Amino acid sequence: MTLNMGPQHPSTHGVLRVALELDGENVVACKPIIGYLHTGMEKQAEYKTYTQSIPQTDRMDYISPMSNNLALCLSAEKLLGVRVPERVEAIRVLLTELTRISSHCVWLGTHAIDIGALTVFWYCFREREKVLSIYDMVSGARMTASYFRVGGLAMDLPAGFLDRCEKFVDEMPAHVDEYEKLLTKNPIWIARTRGVAPLSAADAVAWGVTGPALRGSGVRWDLRKDEPYSGYETYDFDIPLGSRGDAYDRFQVRVAEMRESTKIAKQAIQRVRKMGESGEYRLRDFKYVLPPREEVKTSMEALIHHFKIVAHGFFPPVGEAYHAVEAPKGELGFYFVSDGSSRPWRMKIRSPSFVNLQALPVMVEGKLIADVIAAIGSIDIVLGEIDR
Amino acid sequence: MNLGPERVEQRLRERFPDVAFERQTGEAVRDHTLIVPAEHLVETCRFLRDDSELQFAMLSWMGGADYLPRVPRFECIYNLLSIARGARFTLKVRVPEEQPRVPTVIGVWPTANWHEREAYDFYGITFTGHPDLTRILLPEDWVGWPLRKDSPLGYEEVAFTHNTPGRTVPSPSLKKLAPKKVRYRAQ
Amino acid sequence: MTDPRDNPFRTLAQAAGPKPAVDLVMPMSEEDRIREELERGIVFTTVESVVNWARANAIWPLGFGLACCAIEMMAIAGPRFDVSRFGAEVFRGSPRQADLMIVAGRVSIKMAPVLRQLYDQMPDPKWVIAMGACSSCGGVFNNYAILQGVDKIVPVDVYVPGCPPRPESLLHGIMKLQEKILTSRIELGPFPRKKARKVVAK
Repeated sequence: MTLNMGPQHPSTHGVLRVALELDGENVVACKPIIGYLHTGMEKQAEYKTYTQSIPQTDRMDYISPMSNNLALCLSAEKLLGVRVPERVEAIRVLLTELTRISSHCVWLGTHAIDIGALTVFWYCFREREKVLSIYDMVSGARMTASYFRVGGLAMDLPAGFLDRCEKFVDEMPAHVDEYEKLLTKNPIWIARTRGVAPLSAADAVAWGVTGPALRGSGVRWDLRKDEPYSGYETYDFDIPLGSRGDAYDRFQVRVAEMRESTKIAKQAIQRVRKMGESGEYRLRDFKYVLPPREEVKTSMEALIHHFKIVAHGFFPPVGEAYHAVEAPKGELGFYFVSDGSSRPWRMKIRSPSFVNLQALPVMVEGKLIADVIAAIGSIDIVLGEIDR
Repeated sequence: MNLGPERVEQRLRERFPDVAFERQTGEAVRDHTLIVPAEHLVETCRFLRDDSELQFAMLSWMGGADYLPRVPRFECIYNLLSIARGARFTLKVRVPEEQPRVPTVIGVWPTANWHEREAYDFYGITFTGHPDLTRILLPEDWVGWPLRKDSPLGYEEVAFTHNTPGRTVPSPSLKKLAPKKVRYRAQ
Repeated sequence: MTDPRDNPFRTLAQAAGPKPAVDLVMPMSEEDRIREELERGIVFTTVESVVNWARANAIWPLGFGLACCAIEMMAIAGPRFDVSRFGAEVFRGSPRQADLMIVAGRVSIKMAPVLRQLYDQMPDPKWVIAMGACSSCGGVFNNYAILQGVDKIVPVDVYVPGCPPRPESLLHGIMKLQEKILTSRIELGPFPRKKARKVVAK
């Protein structure tokens, strides 16, 4: 029997369509059909400057918006050949780790609600609201922040921001303990996720899976450690690994990652405090980055640079660059081809969910239909990223 | 332990001495890129994956690009990742417009399936040997290749009074939109 | 003896004051007594206001989150912005059981026929809220892939602007929809009411 898990479905985390070929309750074949949220971001980026594409990236993986901003900014900075000041790097790391915590909160809440554990949803969203207030404080928007810019940040940190972050980071481990108390030793959770949707390490690598799904299968690969960016090599944190590659291991990897992110965020807060609660937030290379407002009003050169960058955008050299970050879902990378003008010639987005979703048939063929729901949830996909 | 991209290129040239590899040069080409002729693509990829020193077991992504006035027009970019050696490498295949055909690398990395479908969907590049080369992101009956440089963006002009014929004032009148007084309780 | 009014902790009976010595109520006839009993338990109103009140306070949305706005829609179901105060916490999975479609997110051209089909599957009365800039007018994305406004394919009752709208905005939109429902006319059957025929005296 052919069953269509249509684009509108409470458990598909967006508009994903899965065509299932069933034999009773066993899945014989499974084919994910995507494209119901295709937004033409890559085409649209060719008509906008690099800075104008930053808000687009927020709408890609909309659960972890700051990670996408970071990926685009790092890729553009690699193309320009510049490196941002240390204070900016520390702030970026802090906000990206908070993003990771909030993304895993949403993942856990929705995954649990698909499997049937409704309570976890409200607990997780309570924590997420705290992170969203932090976003609101720093950028003005709850979700689609667009706070990072090529060469730095949009504006400096507001007063009291670090205290707010510190308060959240101090109380977060207790909340992660709550989630674990609800789920980790719960016999229903174990029965629904242990042994379900297994993905072997060789399969994961062959299918290009990255992120917690890859680490759940036991492969030790995390871009923050293996291809570090933005100063991650100077932070002290561990990479949790699974062993069996089933949904339960992926769940444990992500929960442990929430704890590690808390550790990194705390170190980042201390670092920013040491460098000053307010200070430089942008690179001082005015060919590519907007000069500070005071200088625009006093120096002619800065005024001209400001005008050029705002009116046309900055002009990177002719060339191409690819840079990837470890987003909460996997390896998120941007590939820019520049022809010397202020608009990219080609922007290609390597989104982790697009690649991870391909491994779904491998995980569920031969298993039960209820496992399909658990599998989709445990891969952690976001359709905005898949369809771009 | 860390494998450098120059060593990868050296190994490739040793193994395939009669294939015309070309190193991409440019002012700001930040990744080491090698251009491979299309007919030697699959064997190159298989060697990169299976060789014990290189071990490029993962195809990170594959994408297309359109360089319209240039001949050959299209390009396929393959970004390979070696987890065991901690190395990345980029391969490119230049695809002409009249015959946009590239052999598929699904036999080497099964993940190439959707990437090749996406390149087909956006640019019209056909991958010979692909089991299911259909549109993936756009509707199946869409006509055209949207990411080609000569395809339009397809945007809708915002309607102002100066470009909408017959309209001089904004409408409808705001008075009509004001809500009626409401009693919240049935009395 | 202390004045009972000085003690703040009076019982309700004491607070009511002293009872009159004489019973001042007129004795009622049997008929009046029954009428008074009935009036205490029945609210007199029109059918329309009751039906509208019921519809407005128990709107069941269809879970139709497409993109980023869906997360803010989930946030209104969350603990901080509680939508169950408005009777709308049951997000139905099936369009046959829902009466509100909140189009939360950008509608791509591949999704548009699906959306129309879902709208057609919803039974009357049904309402549509276009949540966010993308479903109201195409939003940030003005290109080949995105429908410039969901009102091109379904009739929209309330537009909630924002990218994404804050959960408070969406709640304001739901309240506006409730206002609209409370002031709408209802159809009691599938066919429109016949106009009252004029009786012409011959």
